[in-house]
Amino acid sequence: MNVARGTWLVFHRQISQIIRSPIWIFLSILDPLVYLFLFAPLLQRALNAPTSGAAYTTFVPGLLVLLAIFGGMFAGFNMLVELRAGMIERARVTPMSTVALLLGRSLKDVANLLFQGGIVTLTAMLFGLTVRLPELLLGFLLVGMIALGMSALSNGAALKLKTEGILSPLINTVGHPLLMLSGILLPLALAPVWLQNVANLNVFSWVVRGMRELFAGHPEAPVVWQSFAVLTVLTTLSVYWASRQFARSIR
Amino acid sequence: MIEVNELRKSYRIRFGRKTIDVPAVRGVTFDVQKGQVLGLLGSNGAGKTTTIRMLTTLIRPDSGHAVIADADLATEAAEVRRRIGYVSQGGCTADNSTAREELVLQARMFGIGKAEARERAARALDTFKLTEYADRRCKTYSGGQRRRVDIAMGLINEPKVLFLDEPTAGLDPAGRADIRDEIERLRADGMTVLVTTHYLEEADALCDRVAIVEKGQVVAEGTPDELKRQVAGDVVTLGLNGSTPDAEKVMTAAAYVTRLESTDDGLRLFVDSGNRVLPKILHDLDDAGIVPDTIEVHRPSLDDVFLAKAGRSLTAA
Repeated sequence: MNVARGTWLVFHRQISQIIRSPIWIFLSILDPLVYLFLFAPLLQRALNAPTSGAAYTTFVPGLLVLLAIFGGMFAGFNMLVELRAGMIERARVTPMSTVALLLGRSLKDVANLLFQGGIVTLTAMLFGLTVRLPELLLGFLLVGMIALGMSALSNGAALKLKTEGILSPLINTVGHPLLMLSGILLPLALAPVWLQNVANLNVFSWVVRGMRELFAGHPEAPVVWQSFAVLTVLTTLSVYWASRQFARSIR
Repeated sequence: MIEVNELRKSYRIRFGRKTIDVPAVRGVTFDVQKGQVLGLLGSNGAGKTTTIRMLTTLIRPDSGHAVIADADLATEAAEVRRRIGYVSQGGCTADNSTAREELVLQARMFGIGKAEARERAARALDTFKLTEYADRRCKTYSGGQRRRVDIAMGLINEPKVLFLDEPTAGLDPAGRADIRDEIERLRADGMTVLVTTHYLEEADALCDRVAIVEKGQVVAEGTPDELKRQVAGDVVTLGLNGSTPDAEKVMTAAAYVTRLESTDDGLRLFVDSGNRVLPKILHDLDDAGIVPDTIEVHRPSLDDVFLAKAGRSLTAA
């Protein structure tokens, strides 16, 4: 069976499963709004932004990256549930391609993220965020790639580790430094030089800067294409690695 | 239909810095003919599930060969998957999906088109008497109903061989009876089935052949009757009401009796095949002018076989 058709089949199944859970929908709308309303006012003061619109222009791009990182990272927990329910085994004894099994699942996380991101962006616009459509679409493409890569990594890790007991600390250990060193919640301008140097090694700090340039209306800034280039490589590698985890024996 | 030759599998387990290989299956060999139901009988941890998972392409054997429905397990795994159905131990339906959705999805995972998948699902629901619940979510089903959906899913691609891993485990008696009926029906339809179980009565009632698995090896294999005969033959109990000494003389002389014991009111004879020698026993006693009050043929149970072959009782465990 070809990969595209298999991916669509898995994607469709995953989406139809989540939309049956009203609590899940409620939470996935609430979660980004909580960040928006709690952090943005704080940031306006911290950044000395003249208006709330200016604060949102700085904060919303970062928030979208944060949602993509964390939304993707937690994908592995759903994979563990499916492993235990025998869903993965069931699919592995059919001619389905492992790439389709992974992509269908990770694209569900991308769809979820775009939905959340859309709500955040529209809400922020009501409060003064301004961004042009082409730049917004490019920005969504960037965060979509992050979500895809992170979700693939998390799914792959879940298949390898097979237990929440290791997956949760792993996500915390990787997630928190990534978040802190990306300048999403606190501007890295406040950091000492050595910390800024470390942060420069963090792909997500480039991507956050790239996103901010896009929202500020500078798509020509070099950090934008650099973000796309580095994410293309990382996402491709992640998807490849995670698909291979499916092909390995599933105990 | 299934040929398995010397399959082996060990698991690596780490103890601190040391890794040790724990053999789960150590050279399993058996055949299943077309239309046969073979039962792998053994206790938990005997290697049944590892064997079935190797044969369904879920884990790679360390060594050995297997050919399933004319496809080689090692070189044509994708073809094997297309030709088999697999029903895993825990089942695999999602709480929030309906039986119909699960069946359609399963068919589509085999590359079957939408319309055809719907048709097959409807037919399967009908065959498995699930139509009434077909559009309710699986979490509302009983254990037996849910397992019937699992089996229906295993058959949706019209496989040549069906693998059932502990199909009745964890079900209540009604659910177990339900699943037994389904397996009986598959057998009547001529499906080739490999089923694992640790229920002796089930293996006895459902399987054409039984392979007893213990410590990763097949320790005995044959029809349930053959296996029982290998162990002890049959037991014939005679109630004689006083004429025991005469009868004992006659029976000691008979070539078909391998061993005899006297009981409170008669004799117990150990013979190869009770059904075959029963007329002879009656004939020989009649010649000596003895008419027994009662006569009974007991067959040894599969538990006796398991005890003899695996060195311990399965039911006591």
